[in-house]
Amino acid sequence: MTLKARYARDAIIQIVMVLLTALVVIPLFIIIGYVVINGISALNMDFFTQELGSPARAMRGRPTGLVHSITGTIVIDLVALVMAVPFGIATGIMMSEYQEHPLSPVARLMTSTLNGMPAVLMGLLAYGLVVKNTGGFSALAGSVALAFVMIPIIARTTESVLRVTPWGLREAGLSLGIPRWKVTTSLVLPAARAGVVTGILIAFARAAGEAAPLLLTSFGNNYFSLDMTRPMDTLPQRLYSLAISPYKQWHAMGWGGAIILLLFVMITFLVGRLVIRRMERQMEQ
Amino acid sequence: MSIRATEQRETAAGEIVGAGGAATGVAATGGNGFYPNGRPVKKIDGTTVRMETEGLTVRYGVSTFGIQDVSMPVFDRSVTALIGPSGCGKSTFLRALNRMHDLGVDIEVTGAAILDGENIYEPQVDAVTIRRRIGMVFQKPTPFPTKSIYENVCAGLRLVGMRRKNVLDEAVEKALTDAALWDEVKDRLRSPGGSLSGGQQQRLCIARALAVEPEVLLMDEPTSSLDPNATMRIEQLIQQLKEQVTIVIVTHNMQQAARVSDYTAFFYVGEMVEISRTQQIFSSPREERTQEYLSGTFS
Ligand SMILES: Nc1ncnc2c1ncn2[C@@H]1O[C@H](COP(=O)(O)OP(=O)(O)OP(=O)(O)O)[C@@H](O)[C@H]1O
Ligand SMILES: [Mg+2]
Repeated sequence: MTLKARYARDAIIQIVMVLLTALVVIPLFIIIGYVVINGISALNMDFFTQELGSPARAMRGRPTGLVHSITGTIVIDLVALVMAVPFGIATGIMMSEYQEHPLSPVARLMTSTLNGMPAVLMGLLAYGLVVKNTGGFSALAGSVALAFVMIPIIARTTESVLRVTPWGLREAGLSLGIPRWKVTTSLVLPAARAGVVTGILIAFARAAGEAAPLLLTSFGNNYFSLDMTRPMDTLPQRLYSLAISPYKQWHAMGWGGAIILLLFVMITFLVGRLVIRRMERQMEQ
Repeated sequence: MSIRATEQRETAAGEIVGAGGAATGVAATGGNGFYPNGRPVKKIDGTTVRMETEGLTVRYGVSTFGIQDVSMPVFDRSVTALIGPSGCGKSTFLRALNRMHDLGVDIEVTGAAILDGENIYEPQVDAVTIRRRIGMVFQKPTPFPTKSIYENVCAGLRLVGMRRKNVLDEAVEKALTDAALWDEVKDRLRSPGGSLSGGQQQRLCIARALAVEPEVLLMDEPTSSLDPNATMRIEQLIQQLKEQVTIVIVTHNMQQAARVSDYTAFFYVGEMVEISRTQQIFSSPREERTQEYLSGTFS
């Protein structure tokens, strides 16, 4: 093949790659654009300060908003994260660092199964575990359901980043007479922390967008509440109920809520990237 | 342990006796004929045996032998060099001496590695305690990437609970000085261990191993990434350390083996072919394979 032909082939492959990437990125921009165009009009002061209340409020032009859904999303997702992180990381450590342990292959099978399971099943599980036993829908049950969504994702990413940390790190630690658990927590995990944090972020963003597991657990609420033992509202679920409602005013609010949800996920990733960048810089200099 | 292993030990001992020459002259560990753990001291030709292997075999998977049936002594407060072609099992043997293979999946260790008369592979022996006493410097430098130079050196002390700052400071300075690195890093002890050059990283790892003051130090080609000056200083360090510490060192550099070691063991395709006093093995090796290897490397 001549040099010229090789250059030509290089150029063609590059064009194909750009085209394929554009095919992935363009729909994303269309979605974002569509959401923003439809929802931006709903974003006023009331939207961020008022609770939804009954449909009558919107119909008669009285102040109404989604503040209770925004706070509810933050509370339920954060509580879910706090519950999921220790279990997820511990399971990841079990799968990567204790491969000889009989639980290790079981954990691997379970996490891949859970990862592929529809999220509504996590809602059913939390319904059976929490709602049934506490006698009612609650924000806590919603957090448990979302934690079930997060755990296998955190566990899987933790496992894979731990596996790519150099083996020599563990041996170096052990050769100093440091106990194995301490080698894992003080040497291996910190070396992989940027990857672990990324996994947590992915799990968080994924769970933040789920509506199905919350239908049977945190149930939803038209009014403001921060009581974990009672039903609480969340954005994904509220989007759905606003969208299927017969009220035109509510449809616009739904689009507005979608903008907030998108922002919520984007900010999560931005903050995450900053944290990760700082961690990586710390390791380099 | 099998009769066969015992016979092997006699052979290994016989070679050393045959090698002749006086012992290093240092009094036996524990002084009065006992190891610190109270077991009677074993001597070969008047010299205290600190470690010893009996029929030590390491298998990778079912069929691949790392080392096969290795029986040899390691004498107290002396330097034993392990030589042999690449892939002959030197690292495998060294790592078996402080139970480094424990974590490996699919690695099987059989036979005995004895420290102070006690087999470190006995079930009641705690591997962590063993590794505190038997330190190791690896073939590839492995600084802890998230830790500073200072934290790297005192990691062994700190991660097992030593908190007193003056003790740590002192240990860090001493270990770095011994490892010929202090002058280069004393102004940047807080920067990450990974920011050092390859050779500096290796000396950092040597310092890290020294800081916990092991009784036995295993070194796998510790100077292969160092310049002549740093190499010389590490060799001096080895000479100085052997007053206190028993050292086993793997090296591909025959001159280095001749310079630093008191005993030399020649490995070949997973077997320990012969161990003798260093002058003996270089001037008149007993085995033909040793002879061939040495003349090959020298010519
Ligand atoms: N983790 C492993 N899995 C499978 N085989 C291994 C492993 N480590 C070493 N081996 C094999 O065991 C044999 C001995 O290897 P070892 O690393 O002990 O050699 P060496 O003498 O240290 O060589 P070098 O001088 O190149 O460092 C080699 O054939 C090698 O391929
Ligand atoms: Mg080696």
